[in-house]
Amino acid sequence: MNKLNLDNKLITSCRKYAKSIAKDVQDYINKHSTVSVERTVLRLLGIEGVDKFDVPLVNRLVDDVKENGDLSLGVSIYIASALKANNKNLTEYLDYYLSNNVSLTDNKLVNKNEVDKILRLYYKKSLTKIKKNRDLRTKLINKYGERKTELYVIVATGNIDEDVLQAQEAARAGADIVAVIRSTGQSLLDYVPYGKTTEGFGGTYATQENFKIMRLALDEVGNELNRYIKLVNYASGLCMPEIAAMGALERLDVLLNDSMYGIIFRDINMKRTFIDQYFSRMLNAYSGIIINTGEDNYLTTSDAVLEAHTVTASQFINEGFALEAKLKPELMGLGHAFEINPNIENSFLLEIAQAQLSRELFPKAPLKYMPPTKHINGNIFRAYQQNAMFNIVTNLTEQKIHLLGMMTEAIHTPFISDRYLAIKNAEMIQKSMKSLTDEITYKKDGFIQKRANEVLENAHMLLKQIDKDGMFKTLANGVFAETKRAEDAGKGLDGVFKKSNDYINVVSDRLEAYFNEN
Amino acid sequence: MKIRPYGDTLNDGATQVSFTLPIELSAKAIQAAKELAKKMGLINPSVVHSEKIGKNFSFFIIYGALNANVDIDKIKVTEIKKTSKSQKEIEEMIKTNFERELIFVGASTGTDAHTVGIDAIMNMKGFDGHYGLERYQGIKAYNLGSQVNNEDFIKIARDKKADVLLVSQTVTQKDVHLKNLVELVELLESENLRDKVILIAGGARINHELAKELGYDAGFGPGNYAEDVALFAIEELIKRKEG
Repeated sequence: MNKLNLDNKLITSCRKYAKSIAKDVQDYINKHSTVSVERTVLRLLGIEGVDKFDVPLVNRLVDDVKENGDLSLGVSIYIASALKANNKNLTEYLDYYLSNNVSLTDNKLVNKNEVDKILRLYYKKSLTKIKKNRDLRTKLINKYGERKTELYVIVATGNIDEDVLQAQEAARAGADIVAVIRSTGQSLLDYVPYGKTTEGFGGTYATQENFKIMRLALDEVGNELNRYIKLVNYASGLCMPEIAAMGALERLDVLLNDSMYGIIFRDINMKRTFIDQYFSRMLNAYSGIIINTGEDNYLTTSDAVLEAHTVTASQFINEGFALEAKLKPELMGLGHAFEINPNIENSFLLEIAQAQLSRELFPKAPLKYMPPTKHINGNIFRAYQQNAMFNIVTNLTEQKIHLLGMMTEAIHTPFISDRYLAIKNAEMIQKSMKSLTDEITYKKDGFIQKRANEVLENAHMLLKQIDKDGMFKTLANGVFAETKRAEDAGKGLDGVFKKSNDYINVVSDRLEAYFNEN
Repeated sequence: MKIRPYGDTLNDGATQVSFTLPIELSAKAIQAAKELAKKMGLINPSVVHSEKIGKNFSFFIIYGALNANVDIDKIKVTEIKKTSKSQKEIEEMIKTNFERELIFVGASTGTDAHTVGIDAIMNMKGFDGHYGLERYQGIKAYNLGSQVNNEDFIKIARDKKADVLLVSQTVTQKDVHLKNLVELVELLESENLRDKVILIAGGARINHELAKELGYDAGFGPGNYAEDVALFAIEELIKRKEG
């Protein structure tokens, strides 16, 4: 695919810088862990549930080690030691732990090389389940096939039962992918809520039980329609790897997982986010879950014409981080958006240039293309037109994950009819313009080619600068979304710790071994 | 003068409505939609389009003539006059009337994760060709971003010695934004801060009337820019200064 006449040397150079930028941060990541990473290990050992005060067990255990032991060793060795010292299996020990006033750190620590042996049977059970989920997904997609461009809608009622109904109707109307928007504010919780929930604001809590309920509902409607309906949730936040683990266990198909979104838009500490995103993406890679990155959000804050290159640069960086976490390009749903003010002359051409640029730079990636939101003004009729224009660009530039714009954007979370009309809008364009892209080439050195090349050149310059400054300083300077974040500020920093030389994480050790073999 | 909606003839009452019913599409469903339209006060409603949009859902587009009218002479609202002043003129006003920078603190508060509204007013680049408050000389603007809870918002407002507080509520579900806006007023009152600041609400579903009702000094809905908000705040600050 080469409609833009891009400079291949420039692209290679962008990748080189992005790799170096990611590598630099990765050196930091490798030396550190977080409370969320440790809680994820516990989840994958099979620990779930809450205590009588509704505190998730995984939080309680990790906090216990943090207070009474040495968390720099990792939680793995403490669990292994507790099992051995008490001569109990995990379930028995947790019962004992909850009903007696004991600490996970009360036990003599086992030898480092015993840890994996003691815990293997527990994490293997989870990893086997995840692998089965991955295989089943592949099997079902192969059986039913999938659309070249998949229609993605959101449900956000706050009540999982109502979400189920809306999601099933959306699938019947033609949606391929359904995202359950999280209750606002969940990304800032340093724990994952537990159990089925029927109340939330602006969305529904991401809990493992809710994941399970929605998965079942989408499988049921998929079976009825002879299609595989993909399920999306959100990992970004303070519990990135935990949600990745839960998503893997319940066969989610897509997770919002950006290496920088939490830092920029939720003021989560950058160290915390980088460490969390790494383990989280390793799990995504193992479970075959597509990640969605959040570059589209930059343009809701910054100007989409002037700052287009920051999106491109960030896509390269997100790719760099994803490769460090062993994610294959086929799972990298890099993000971008249709956010240029439609009143600008030739804005449609600028949008084509940007969307086609993303397509050509990342040919294997299931790109996530976001609809207009910033310049939607409450006039639902105008919004419907803007969404049609967006849908045309989506098809013309062969995007993979097509987030449908709602005519009632910025008014309320979608009504059932909003969603239905959005799907029909997209389907009409998809069908009526099916082969249009095959017929189209862009004029050599014309408006679109020039714009795309200019954005790429600016992205290249920016990447070069970031490589020089380093990622931490770049974020402090407010390069992305004009938002400045300091290295030692933001939420969740107190959950970051340096690993001791004797640190063990049985799950990441196993995953690394797996990636080396495959 | 009494008026009705206008289609193509004065006072024809022409009105369009669309909605979904939670039943399967059938002749009965269409009739149900029609009768609902009549109950809304539409004369001769005509269901111009109906469509099955789900297993148990049908969608209707209806036109009809509205029976009701309003006497516009009897309607009283306080309208914020649309800005006739440019950024430069506003900056000049500040310079003439104040010997210090005016402090604006803004946030999208509560659970709202959307910063579109507050960014449009505060950020350097502004929106649609209208620069934001950060660019104004004489204004020190702090944009706290989204999901700032009311307690933190007040704490920062106090620390920064804010003259003006801007609260944005973009997306709402089951009217949670109203509860949140009211809570902020109550908290400000309990901390004896309410009278010390100009309190302004903004957002897709906010208008001046509603904001006043909730205890705010002003409300700005869609179509307003930084200069509209700035002018209101500054005129109000001058008024208060002159007491």
